[in-house]
Amino acid sequence: MSTTHFVADTSALTRRSLRHILRSPDTIITTAVTPVALMLIFVYVFGGAIEVGSASYINYMLPGILLITVASGIAYTAYRLFMDLQGGIFERFQSMPIARSSALWAHVLTSLVANLVSLAVVVGVALLMGFRTGAGLLGWLAVLGILTLFTLALTWVATIAGLSAKTVDGASAFSYPLIFLPFISSAFVPTDTMPAPVEWFAENQPVTSIVNTIRDIFAQQPVGTDIWIALAWCVGILVAGYAFAMLTYRRRTA
Amino acid sequence: MTTTTDPPAIRVQGLEKSYGDLPVLRGVDFDVAPGSIFALLGSNGAGKTTAVRILSTLLKADRGTATVQGFDVATRGADVRESISLTGQFAAVDEILTGRENLMLVAELRHLRRPGEIADALLARFSLTEAGGRRAGTYSGGMRRRLDIAMSLIGSPPVIFLDEPTTGLDPQARIEVWDAVRELASTGTTVLLTTQYLDEAEQLADRIAVLHDGRIIAEGTLAELKGLLPPARVEYVEKQPTLEEVFLALVGGPPTPGDADTATPPTSQEQ
Repeated sequence: MSTTHFVADTSALTRRSLRHILRSPDTIITTAVTPVALMLIFVYVFGGAIEVGSASYINYMLPGILLITVASGIAYTAYRLFMDLQGGIFERFQSMPIARSSALWAHVLTSLVANLVSLAVVVGVALLMGFRTGAGLLGWLAVLGILTLFTLALTWVATIAGLSAKTVDGASAFSYPLIFLPFISSAFVPTDTMPAPVEWFAENQPVTSIVNTIRDIFAQQPVGTDIWIALAWCVGILVAGYAFAMLTYRRRTA
Repeated sequence: MTTTTDPPAIRVQGLEKSYGDLPVLRGVDFDVAPGSIFALLGSNGAGKTTAVRILSTLLKADRGTATVQGFDVATRGADVRESISLTGQFAAVDEILTGRENLMLVAELRHLRRPGEIADALLARFSLTEAGGRRAGTYSGGMRRRLDIAMSLIGSPPVIFLDEPTTGLDPQARIEVWDAVRELASTGTTVLLTTQYLDEAEQLADRIAVLHDGRIIAEGTLAELKGLLPPARVEYVEKQPTLEEVFLALVGGPPTPGDADTATPPTSQEQ
């Protein structure tokens, strides 16, 4: 299929699933509720007892909360994809003269938009709770770029789940471990307070490098090598997720 | 109309498909003349949906060939998809969009101009104008299936597959769908219909193929199929065999998967 079809078809199908979200905005709210609740508990309950140096605790933990927001948001991507496959509308699209991967890309782009809206809601609440940053436009753009990359990477992972799940619960259950990954990272407490094996895991899993990078950008500190590790993780997950998702997709539609 | 000189709109030859060790199609052959309604009649699990999925390029056959409008489904998938429209077993409409938005979406995906006008014309034609602004999820079964069929007509594809179009509908809704199918065929569209309802095939189809255990065990017009059984004799009561009797005699009772020998030739049946 020609590229013009691909663009037109993807755009038509993306508008369709965005309309779904507009008609059930609760998915955006639900996505934001868990991270906001965690933020409230950590700042107003545990925060006073956690020693993170000179930074205010909300400034310290917001990056991790943002990653949790994305991890819970992509569960809806898997859910929406699964429902399309179950309902037969996906087969209708596949039997039409459209660019065949459009149906998948539409879900990916919708996921990106929905997650960015949820992230904006969470950042808004954080600002009300006292989050402050001196980061300028470039800093914010850098954070936006990293979060976009992270969302796309996890979205392709969610796509695999949506394509291969047998039940609705299965389609979204894969995101639970992803939501918990930030807890075993530098997101809420400094990793050097952890027992050695846990610290080793925390230091070498993707969340820590991403959290550190975003935290440094917000604090206007030099990001060091963390940003390259963070980008490598995001791109690596993105490429592997995309490849597996496309493989699963082809097998399903063959 | 159907003439013998036209090349078939659909040609299926030696089609085979297995899911793992389970053979679903074991060598299916049939031709569908352009502009006719062809019914693939069979019980659940006979392989009807599998055949339709192969013809609409959603599934690849293990062996055999199938062409739609002269295009091979295996090698010319994009051309086949330009020529067809599929209405699945479970009405594939978007429940969150309104009826009108569903139609507009399909018009956009078929790259047509003025999708709004196309949608409005179809809403009127299928008596859905009033419901057009409501979410399709609020529609009754019959309305939903009418919307589904309306979506299939957009872009006037020459071949339409209707996979069990009336399954789960009440009698009134069935009649509405039947009327829609008849109207379609009257405009020259080729319709391949699968059904497990004998009266549906009897009502609608120009030709009927009985699919049983992955094979076509009989094919012909209704009159030809009835002719497979001995003609009615005048005894105390004259009784023409109904299509239902023909069907049950042909398939020899309920289907027994994995046992190919149940599909005995129709001429050996006795009544």
